Amino acid sequence: MSFPWAEEYRPSNGFMRWMDDRLPLPRLVFNAVGGGYPVPRNLNHFWNFGVLAGVALTIQIITGIILAMHYAPAATMAFDSVEHIMRNVNQGWLLRYAHSNGASFFFIVTYIHIFRGLYYGSYKAPREMVWLLGLVIFLLMMATAFMGYVLPWGQMSFWGAQVITGLFAAIPLVGEPIQQWLLGGFAPDNAALNRFFSLHYLLPFVIAGVIILHIWALHIPGSGNPTGVDVKTPQDTVPFHPYYTAKDGFGVGIFLIALALLMFFAPNLLGHPDNYIPANPLSTPTHITPEWYFWPFYAILRAFTVDFILPAKLWGVIAMFASILLLFFLPWLDKSPVRSGSYRPLFRMFFVILLFDVFILGWMGGLPAEEPFVMISQTATIYYFAHFLIILPLVSAIERPLPLPRSISESVLHGEKAEAAPLGVQPAPAE
Amino acid sequence: MATAQHTDNTIGAAPDEGVRRRDFINIAAVSFAGVGSVAVLYPLINQMNPSADVLALSSIEVDLSAIEPGQAIKTIFRKQPLFVRHLTPQEIQAANTVPISELRDPQTLAERTKEGKAQWLITMGVCTHLGCVPLGAAEGENRGEYGGYFCPCHGSHYDTAARIRKGPAPTNLEVPEYAFASDTVVQIG
Repeated sequence: MSFPWAEEYRPSNGFMRWMDDRLPLPRLVFNAVGGGYPVPRNLNHFWNFGVLAGVALTIQIITGIILAMHYAPAATMAFDSVEHIMRNVNQGWLLRYAHSNGASFFFIVTYIHIFRGLYYGSYKAPREMVWLLGLVIFLLMMATAFMGYVLPWGQMSFWGAQVITGLFAAIPLVGEPIQQWLLGGFAPDNAALNRFFSLHYLLPFVIAGVIILHIWALHIPGSGNPTGVDVKTPQDTVPFHPYYTAKDGFGVGIFLIALALLMFFAPNLLGHPDNYIPANPLSTPTHITPEWYFWPFYAILRAFTVDFILPAKLWGVIAMFASILLLFFLPWLDKSPVRSGSYRPLFRMFFVILLFDVFILGWMGGLPAEEPFVMISQTATIYYFAHFLIILPLVSAIERPLPLPRSISESVLHGEKAEAAPLGVQPAPAE
Repeated sequence: MATAQHTDNTIGAAPDEGVRRRDFINIAAVSFAGVGSVAVLYPLINQMNPSADVLALSSIEVDLSAIEPGQAIKTIFRKQPLFVRHLTPQEIQAANTVPISELRDPQTLAERTKEGKAQWLITMGVCTHLGCVPLGAAEGENRGEYGGYFCPCHGSHYDTAARIRKGPAPTNLEVPEYAFASDTVVQIG
């Protein structure tokens, strides 16, 4: 698409020629994911995860549409209808487990995709829009997943809805009316369940729309690559099909095997047993936790325990939203012109620490709000913000990056060892 | 758009004519459509607010005659738990001896109960942190370090006047609007 040497679409028969003149959809597909899209030849398997996220969304939409055929979005019937799906509907258990575990896998591959972007500097010019649209998708995913978790109307569903809509009540003055407006009542009930179902059905299609924009924005400059060096000549690229369709196909196979293992052998591993108890507004589970993929954010939310000008609760809410909104500014916080972390020794060290920090936050988010976990969450929260607001700008100012390869093909054709080594430190002449 | 096309037109009037009829029509049309859109938006947004049947259940009566001192009951008010607690004289005294300056959300027990009915502590059973139901209303439940209520979700402790004493909750348990219909019946909401 973006490079002059991209292969042009040639209709193979009369019908396709007729079609191409009237609705050039095959041409669009060919230029997007076919032979007409040149891709850097050196992509590693971390570049699989965008496609895997697309596969996960597809699985969610298909299984979700089917589940909606059997589910009853009414407070009196929702829980029973989910049990009906599990026990009575033909292969209903399979579809529901695919949907619930599919959500977890969607987040796993999306988190890897995001950290791929963080390490290889995929957010940097000229791909800022790709990054920003990706964050929009991530926010939509979180809203969709939250509302989906409410639908079975178990204890965790109910109390999750209570706690998350309670976040809005922390806003001064207008908070309580906003919470009542969101819920359509004073507590989660039929009105809330119905609107969550409606929106849970809608948002995946909004996500699909933003994904189209995400890919469109990506295809303007073309895909990045592990060296971060721009594509210069036709030798630097291979056509998306068959090279990356094959490579992605391999990744999809691994993904599906992993999903099947979880679905068939430990379908409730990532769930919470309390959600098999029907919602009870008069009894709070002793330990409310969101789904695992929200744990890092939940830990940030709970890390604030001291009132400072504003109430602690409001600080927690602000920090939780800020932890994601911050990422929208990332392209302008990290000023280093070198994209790939492989050539930025100092950045790479802090990247690993950040990864570790987010794991700690996730771990703390799943534990009860007691000491020492609160203190650990606070430290990890401080580090999270410090990484983006202090460390990254400083690192990009003081770091001396390693010399970059002259081109993608040079880095590839020297063989694995030379590819990894900086240019000044030639290990051995190329064979 | 119309304006731009018009000024390009050599047959049209001179550009320094000031406000023209067309400008007026343009602004009037856009304003009219704008006000209309807002009017259409209102029902689309307001439909999400609590509906009439939800609001109709927003007032209840509670019979207090069976609640002994030291006991509490849990009932439902606006789909949320409500605690009605009959305080013992010791609990009233414990609440009254706390210096107001020590409290995060300073309020006396008298301010949180009706005059002459200081033994009836009526509060929402909704933790002001994130909306869990605190423990301490039913017999044998953990009442926290201050003998009132304890929220198990994030560890907020409330005292015998249901005031926040320790933990993340920002304010005391909410006292709903209520009035004594008679000595033993209270109308809430």
